[in-house]
Amino acid sequence: MLGVALLVFREVMEAALIVSIVCAATRGVARRGWFVTAGIGLGIAGALLVAMGASLIARLASGSGQEIFNACVLLSAVLMIGWHVVWMSRHGRELAQHMGAVGSAVRAGSSSLTLLLAVVAIAVLREGSEIVLFLYGMVIGGIGAVGLAGGIALGVGSGALLGFALYFGLLRIPMKHFFTVTNGMLVLLASGLASTAARFLVQGDLLPSWGTQVWDTSGLLSNGSLAGQTLGILIGYDAHPSGIQLVFYATTLLLLVVGMQRLSRTSPSPSPRMRSPLADPASESLR
Amino acid sequence: MKLSLIAATLLLSMTGTAVARDLSTFTLVVKNHVYQPDELKVPAGTKFKLIVRNEDPTPEEFESTDFNREKIVLPNSSITVYVGPLRAGSYGFFGDFHQATAQGRLIAE
Repeated sequence: MLGVALLVFREVMEAALIVSIVCAATRGVARRGWFVTAGIGLGIAGALLVAMGASLIARLASGSGQEIFNACVLLSAVLMIGWHVVWMSRHGRELAQHMGAVGSAVRAGSSSLTLLLAVVAIAVLREGSEIVLFLYGMVIGGIGAVGLAGGIALGVGSGALLGFALYFGLLRIPMKHFFTVTNGMLVLLASGLASTAARFLVQGDLLPSWGTQVWDTSGLLSNGSLAGQTLGILIGYDAHPSGIQLVFYATTLLLLVVGMQRLSRTSPSPSPRMRSPLADPASESLR
Repeated sequence: MKLSLIAATLLLSMTGTAVARDLSTFTLVVKNHVYQPDELKVPAGTKFKLIVRNEDPTPEEFESTDFNREKIVLPNSSITVYVGPLRAGSYGFFGDFHQATAQGRLIAE
């Protein structure tokens, strides 16, 4: 039971951290809860499909199907997060102003929200399909129903708890800085996902590594430790990255930061349709 | 801007596949959730191919945090993973789905 709980916890934690950042980043957007729930549901359904199609995926591209699949899934998450943060750099101020105003529904939020729904679904799908394969193996191996159910409950429960802890921690950030922080977290998250995608492509011999183990900080913080794994998700930490991973990381980071700045500079004030009756965004603080 | 990223990825992937054909190959077998051999000597400083064959009726995930690899191995099938070049040293790997028993090391020298 403990073995089941541990593996499930580690996978759920990875997905939960991503989901909680997405939840925080979409704070104040109407129907957000519905979108996130739908994302998780779609992700679970997708995880089952991926697990069932595992042998098909494995056979694709002369054995490199898994790597290509993982890389594509990760890179599409990167694209969607990228799209969202760039969009937010335009409308984030508006969102912050409307926050807390009674009955204010932010209409413009839904298109970006659809993207983040997909990000939630992708995160759940990726980690979920591993859980499904693992549990399938456990059932074949003859684990009892109590051990199985207990392990799942314990693993999912504690993983989700960590996600909630991060979410409520983020909510304590003052409204003035809130979207700057969550957008920054999304940018780092996306860069880390891009770096992981590069790692998969190197593993499948689809990309040159441009130097394995450019540095090695595994003595300080190993990839396998809980802290290393958490930082790996949040900021893309890797104790010994290959050169190409750094290139993917830096490129994503640069493109998103430049994209965000470009857009917020070209539109210094919200468009007339979006203009809020409140003059100073900084004066509108929830806390 | 994202398009250029995709284009770059595609370009790089094409150059990547051209590299490294005649690589030395090493084989690991998973049986009863144990790696055989549990210690494998590999060359340092060069890329090589690692084949992991799963002879168990359950899925396994070949994983290493020491040399950054993870790949699912379905029951009664095998996977190929490209590793290295590694510096001389000892690198642990494990079966993520049976960590209690499936443990091994690569010795690069």
